[in-house]
Amino acid sequence: MKTIRSMVLVSSDPISLQRGAQGVFDRLQAEIKTYGLDEEVSLAMIGDVGRHDALPLVIVYPEAAVYGPVTVEDVHTLVEEHLYKGRIAVDLQASNRELSGKIAWLNTRKGTLPAEQRIVLRRAGIIDPTNIEDYILHDGYTALGKALTESTPTQVIDEIKKSGLRGRGGAGFPTGTKWGFVAKEKSAKKYVICNADESEPGTFKDRLILEGDPHSIIEALALAAYAVGADEGYIYIRGEYTLAQERFKLAILQAKEMGFLGQNIFGTAFNFDLHIHSGAGAYICGEETALLESIEGKRGQPRTRPPFPTTHGLFGKPTLVNNVETLANVPPILLNGATWYRSFGTLSSPGTKVYTILGNVNVTGLIEVPMGITLREVIAIYAKGMKGGENFKMAQTGGSSGSIIPASLQDTPMDFDSFGKAGVALGSGALLICNEDTCVVDLAKVLLNFFRTESCGKCFPCRIGTQRAWEMLDAIASGRATLKTLDQLMELSTNLYNLSYCGLGQTAGTPLKDILTHFRAEVEAHIRLGVCPAGVCNTKEAVH
Amino acid sequence: MATIKSLDDLTRIRKEVLEKRKAKAAAGQIEVIVGMGTCGIAAGARDTMKAILEDIQNNNRVGIVVKQTGCIGLCEKEPIVQVVIGNQPMVNYGKVTPGVARQILADHVADGKVVQNHVILL
Amino acid sequence: MPVATMKSNKVQEAVNAAIDRHGVTRDELIPILNQVNQALGFLPAEALSEISQRLKEPRSSVLGVASFYHMLSTKPRGRHVIQFCESAPCHVVGGREVWETLQESLKLAPEETSPDGKWTLVTTSCLGICGVGPVIIIDEDVYGNLTADKIPDILARYS
Repeated sequence: MKTIRSMVLVSSDPISLQRGAQGVFDRLQAEIKTYGLDEEVSLAMIGDVGRHDALPLVIVYPEAAVYGPVTVEDVHTLVEEHLYKGRIAVDLQASNRELSGKIAWLNTRKGTLPAEQRIVLRRAGIIDPTNIEDYILHDGYTALGKALTESTPTQVIDEIKKSGLRGRGGAGFPTGTKWGFVAKEKSAKKYVICNADESEPGTFKDRLILEGDPHSIIEALALAAYAVGADEGYIYIRGEYTLAQERFKLAILQAKEMGFLGQNIFGTAFNFDLHIHSGAGAYICGEETALLESIEGKRGQPRTRPPFPTTHGLFGKPTLVNNVETLANVPPILLNGATWYRSFGTLSSPGTKVYTILGNVNVTGLIEVPMGITLREVIAIYAKGMKGGENFKMAQTGGSSGSIIPASLQDTPMDFDSFGKAGVALGSGALLICNEDTCVVDLAKVLLNFFRTESCGKCFPCRIGTQRAWEMLDAIASGRATLKTLDQLMELSTNLYNLSYCGLGQTAGTPLKDILTHFRAEVEAHIRLGVCPAGVCNTKEAVH
Repeated sequence: MATIKSLDDLTRIRKEVLEKRKAKAAAGQIEVIVGMGTCGIAAGARDTMKAILEDIQNNNRVGIVVKQTGCIGLCEKEPIVQVVIGNQPMVNYGKVTPGVARQILADHVADGKVVQNHVILL
Repeated sequence: MPVATMKSNKVQEAVNAAIDRHGVTRDELIPILNQVNQALGFLPAEALSEISQRLKEPRSSVLGVASFYHMLSTKPRGRHVIQFCESAPCHVVGGREVWETLQESLKLAPEETSPDGKWTLVTTSCLGICGVGPVIIIDEDVYGNLTADKIPDILARYS
């Protein structure tokens, strides 16, 4: 391979092309040749870079200098200054509002599939979910057969531990370790449960797996049961997912008929029975102890921990609770080995992550990509840029309990640890991308409305705190607040985090903290000027 | 279908299914697959499915198997319809309204001409 | 909390059917309530006390469960229930306009039932169909990619 010292990229999305990107590219090629640099500089068109305020853009690496809008006339100066003389052509630089220049792999990723590394979604939308033959044809139940006939439960757990798989429900707890906790409990009765109460706003990855590939979850639950020594399992599917429930019921029948569920599976001594439990509409039941209460027929209110479900779970027995996406990773790991799995993602967060892309972007939908991709890449490559060429203002991750991420953090790799260091949360994988027409106060109001509706009412910091927070935001939005309200809001956010009983209340304050940290000026404008900068809130009630 | 009692059973069944599918493909079987996840249905997949079934009946089209699949994760392009003719590679269509569905059956399925302006690349 | 009543042997029938199917056990309380709710449209006081007697479970705890979950209702509902998703993903892509149009065309506020008993309008948290938002569900039919001008046509489909 020849060594190059500089890489020049030209944006070539439709708007760039319309504004003469091809001409710029041709002239760049000619000028680079004229200066005799064509052996040391590479030049490429790279599609949409996710930024549309200064098209066409020319990006030069390794300096990551972004020039734009570049005209054919500018090219000579650019090549002479930057590539020949080696100094950044400051006059041509794009305003640096939101670009910090870390789009290094854009070029290599261009033109790849919307989800090139599908592990958990590898069969969704490919096979007929109502036909078990389709599943078998796509390697179905092989991992289970192999594990039952060739491995001990301890070996299965060790393989999961080695793979480094971490829970995909939001907290990121190591899955193998959790399995180990349940396995070491001495009890004649143990349960495995699949948490399919997916209610995090903006998240529907689990629905896709349940609707499109139900047998993979049955196989994974059987594997988990074998590993921890359980013989009975539940899948708790939220009540609103009627199609997923129907598909799952059918899948269980088929699996029973073919002997993948029931007695002496694969001719071994392993027995496993699986039930569906339908939710009845309560977000809190996604919290694992509330889910257990709900299966037992009670109000879905969280239990005190410890004891943890791994020792005292469903009906007081040791219980393993795993999320749908986590379980969907299990059969491929056992089939292909931990080393294979570790070849995806980052060292501390191996594997892939499923994200749902929503909001003001060109392509909404669902992608499965290695851990560690950045938000900028997601918007540019998979979402095909912002709708109408608008500017990216912020993203809200992980549904309501995630963080509001300002544009300045869009180059942070999205994995558990990097996000943790940046003080934001990865959550369940929803990415709600907002343009500048979105008001942060209005968004926070919608998020807090969710929490005050879904708070189970067990502990008062959450029950009252979420209501008060919503009222304060409403006061800000309608121009009735004072600057003191902001201090109270910040204090409330801290109190919600410190005093609430479970994750719902603890994370309810995150949006408050985020908007006050990253968008304080915009929030204050509602109060000081009586104006909503995004033009969303009606501040007419303001008295100044 | 038979109960599976060992890994060999599973391998054997997989082979049988594969042979069956190959034979069907070699015979030129046509598969029309509609994405019927909840989001597909919300975007109108049921109407599309109905239009396909009606069109097949009204025009006496034969040798077509209409199937459903889950959601592939491209909500923007729903409803999505996939067409496989015999051994040819699968063609994916996006934003398939009942009208587009009838066009796909008439042009692509009956006549072998892919309806280019609705093809999506996955 | 007010619980509406219903004087009819339908209540008895619905409770019997549900308990026959799920068994006389407290663990099955939610599926039982769900089935009765579906059969009668809501959970009247008579049904709750009948279930409490049959399961030997205090009425307070049966009502506790019935009033906890969004999908169970202790108030009569209209023939058609419209659920509007009010979560953030639908909100930022035009959900607000759809919501205003819905309220105006039906002349209903959230949680209200029309005087003729045709419509009940409720808000709901995310339904997981965000990719095609804004979204409403009428009874069991899901409508996505909504705009305000599509509302009249959709409402006209129901009698």
